Amino acid sequence: MSRTGAAPAWMGRPTVAVRAAKAVALTVVVLLVVFPLWTVLATSLASPQTVIDNGGWVVWPGEFSFSAYTEILQGGIITRAMLVSAGITLVGTALSLACTIGLAYTLSRPKVYGGKPLLLLVLFTFLFPPGMVPLFLVVQSAGLFDQYAALILPFLINVFNLVVMRGFFQSIPPELIDAARIDGAGELAILRRIVLPLSKAVIAVIGLFYAVAYWNRFFEAIIYFNDQTKWPIGTVLRQYVTGGASLAETSGELATSSPQSVQMAVVMLATLPIVCVYPFLQRYFVKGVVTGALKA
Amino acid sequence: MTRVRGGAGGTSPPVEKPPPRPRDDSSRSGHLRRIRADLVLLAVAVPGLVYFLVFHYGALFGNVLAFQDFIPFLGVSGSEWVGLAHFERMFGDALFWNAVKNTLVIAALQLVFFFPAPLALALLLNSVVGDTVRRFVQSVVYLPHFLSWVIVVALFQQMLGGAGVLNGWLSDLGMGTVSIIGNPDAYGPLVIAQLIWKECGWATIIFLAALSQVDEQQYEAAALDGAGYWRRLWHVTLPAIRPVIALLLVLRLGEFLSIGFEQFFLQRQSVGPETGEVLETFVYFTGFAGGDFGYAAAVGLFKGVIGVALIYAANKVAHRLGEQGVYQK
Repeated sequence: MSRTGAAPAWMGRPTVAVRAAKAVALTVVVLLVVFPLWTVLATSLASPQTVIDNGGWVVWPGEFSFSAYTEILQGGIITRAMLVSAGITLVGTALSLACTIGLAYTLSRPKVYGGKPLLLLVLFTFLFPPGMVPLFLVVQSAGLFDQYAALILPFLINVFNLVVMRGFFQSIPPELIDAARIDGAGELAILRRIVLPLSKAVIAVIGLFYAVAYWNRFFEAIIYFNDQTKWPIGTVLRQYVTGGASLAETSGELATSSPQSVQMAVVMLATLPIVCVYPFLQRYFVKGVVTGALKA
Repeated sequence: MTRVRGGAGGTSPPVEKPPPRPRDDSSRSGHLRRIRADLVLLAVAVPGLVYFLVFHYGALFGNVLAFQDFIPFLGVSGSEWVGLAHFERMFGDALFWNAVKNTLVIAALQLVFFFPAPLALALLLNSVVGDTVRRFVQSVVYLPHFLSWVIVVALFQQMLGGAGVLNGWLSDLGMGTVSIIGNPDAYGPLVIAQLIWKECGWATIIFLAALSQVDEQQYEAAALDGAGYWRRLWHVTLPAIRPVIALLLVLRLGEFLSIGFEQFFLQRQSVGPETGEVLETFVYFTGFAGGDFGYAAAVGLFKGVIGVALIYAANKVAHRLGEQGVYQK
């Protein structure tokens, strides 16, 4: 996507009305995304009284207060859930990347023994994903109940990510690899010294995809974990925020303290890691996703 | 060079015939030799392959539950076989048909309202000439894709719920309140709005990539021929990205029933199963909450088989139209 800032001559100058309409449309789009997130942040930081006075939400916290955060981080449940999620995300992302890179690299090399049938074997799973109940049975018979591995192993490789990675590997000029081979490099050395350094962009993007998926995982803990102390942040968030909010919904009244601040603080904590990592990887999106996906 | 690939046997063709190995290496020792030659490559693929074998192909065998009166305590080997009884029950089950109906309605809404939205946004973004503005808007609209459904649902409750921002504004204006969250009548538009909020920006990525490939000279030629902005959009831009639109449409049709699970799982309770139950939540609530694993597996299998048939049919249509489809023929 390379385009210079200046409009080519044939474009002509759009009328003021058109430009204004575009500006308005873009502003609305941006506001629709930013405003809810901003309100959550502001509500989580506002003092309890401000929130109550405003009827449950604020756009600008008059006086800042971190009480919501200190409250939930003292309670232990949220802190523990954050640690569980962080651990699962780190371990899971590392394992997923290693397995995806290994398989994608092999499948990307032309004429590798059994390459075609193996590729079909993998792609078929995309067509027929395992149902919820059969997958449950596998996790059960693998003895993964109440094991953190139950949140990692069943999702080790995402076929879409694999295909994108394979497409990217295929786009590396074969001459480079042949040259290294002539210089006496083994397959592992080629992978480590040539392919991986050239694939930083796609590895960063796929790594982000995996990390986000692990961080956001909540449903599996409900069916695989009897022990609620092992719940990741998403599951806890569902319990305390979505469940709580819908209760307030039906009763139509607000509690005396400011549950909104607490809820919004939990939402913020669950969102924060993503929002922090996102800007650094965002520039790789187009390069990583599109080159891989369009090739595949 | 440490790798000598294949072809050293007496009956094999001359070793000189290079790139990398002879074709007719079909003997047993030939296979072994080729495996040995590729041993490192195959070894790094093993963990990934084991994953697919265990969690995908292993899970495929788990579908036998659909033909059993499964009792977790007895396991697959101990449970009684019931043949097609679950499927017969399914076709007579009003709750199942209700879930089918809700799934189809939401899928149709997604197709009509969610599918064109990213295209419109991509055309708008593409028409913005300033690089900085476009990049900024893009980074903002991509973000919601990375938030979990739990967060998105929580945000919508905060915005549109009974004590939420919208109702706060409405009552400030003295207009009374509207009930959106938890209102069965508003459920369809609500889940579509959530989907658009979360995924519309991200879905533009592929359209934007396609739009950036459009040949500038065609615009120039069209402009010289006197085509205005809208005519250029209609006669140059849209035809140029037609393959991408067709591919995505075919993909969407192939996955018509895959409307998502988490979004509906999170909100089924607030509107009640009459409106909120879709096929996937039906599987969850009969199987995991109701303990009726065999029946739930049967419904899941049914959905999976229909899904494969849809993908197959969608591809046939794509090939008929001269498009590439999901997989090549």
